[in-house]
Amino acid sequence: MASLPRLVEVRQKVLKQNDVTARALRQRFKEGGVYAVSLVSSPGSGKTAFLERVLTALGTRFRVAALVGDLATDNDARRLARSEAPVRQITTGTLCHLEADMVSAALDGWDLSQIDFLFIENVGNLVCPASYDLGENLRLVLYSVTEGEDKPLKYPTIFNTADVAIISKMDLAPAVDFDRAAALANIESVRPGMKVFELSAKTGQGMEPFLSFLTQRRQDVQLQTVAAAGD
Amino acid sequence: MHEMSIVLSLLEAAEEKACELSLGEVVAIHLQVGPLAGVVPECLQSAFEMASAGTRWEKCRLAIETTSLIGRCPKCCLDRAIASINQICCADCGTPIHDIVGGQELNLVALEVCDDGVPSTTG
Repeated sequence: MASLPRLVEVRQKVLKQNDVTARALRQRFKEGGVYAVSLVSSPGSGKTAFLERVLTALGTRFRVAALVGDLATDNDARRLARSEAPVRQITTGTLCHLEADMVSAALDGWDLSQIDFLFIENVGNLVCPASYDLGENLRLVLYSVTEGEDKPLKYPTIFNTADVAIISKMDLAPAVDFDRAAALANIESVRPGMKVFELSAKTGQGMEPFLSFLTQRRQDVQLQTVAAAGD
Repeated sequence: MHEMSIVLSLLEAAEEKACELSLGEVVAIHLQVGPLAGVVPECLQSAFEMASAGTRWEKCRLAIETTSLIGRCPKCCLDRAIASINQICCADCGTPIHDIVGGQELNLVALEVCDDGVPSTTG
């Protein structure tokens, strides 16, 4: 007689291994006093230019470092190194996104207690990075005015897994008749209450409010950590 | 596309569980996939076929249950269906929802096993 199949419950996340590594990373960042920020966007949206600005501006007051993910070349890492921040390239080969173990490995040899802000630039891709927790404190999704106002509607998952939206290349907004109201409404539709910063890395417009927000966020986390330690 | 990466993680998890529990032949892997999980079920199936070929999982079926988008409506004070994947608001009253409680799953739910090592057959 044929045996009947039975169901053995497992009930765990498919990406449990990544989550475990991400949790460990989160703990390492906390212990080292690192505020980790990741960036996701399409290729060509201005992530690297934006990050270069941020590293240069923050580098005068804080100890900053960056990890950059790309399929090939170390062009972005070299470009970011112009900011004089320590930068490492993660070359993924054919993998279209970063995973927690790649970030963990890339940090080898860095003393996290000597870093205030760590920026992790993901591979240019608005789809795949959404699934992978990298242990960051904050995830930024960046898209430029040249990409169209309906980008958020087309890529709801990545907006849903991010914390803050950056609309970049605002200096080009008039040239492309960028519909700001529509863009903001679309972001609100896919992620109600999402904080949005509109800026230009080229001209510096809008950078200061974002940098203030970032430093405040880090301060809040530091205070929380100190308060928890006192309990 | 990262469905192949996801499938490889899935097979690793299934293999680990099967060894841990000394399971017999696994005839199906049961998954839950939500609309906001960031993966396409059809692509998972294709990736699964490719990844399982020539392995112990070759004859194993991938059974995918798609879950619904559910959120806590602050106005209705209930868990409600969300209007759509790019309209995160209550399908009932239209209030924006900040608290998503269902629809982001990417879970290995269960392994379907034939204990005696003989695949189930009819007749």
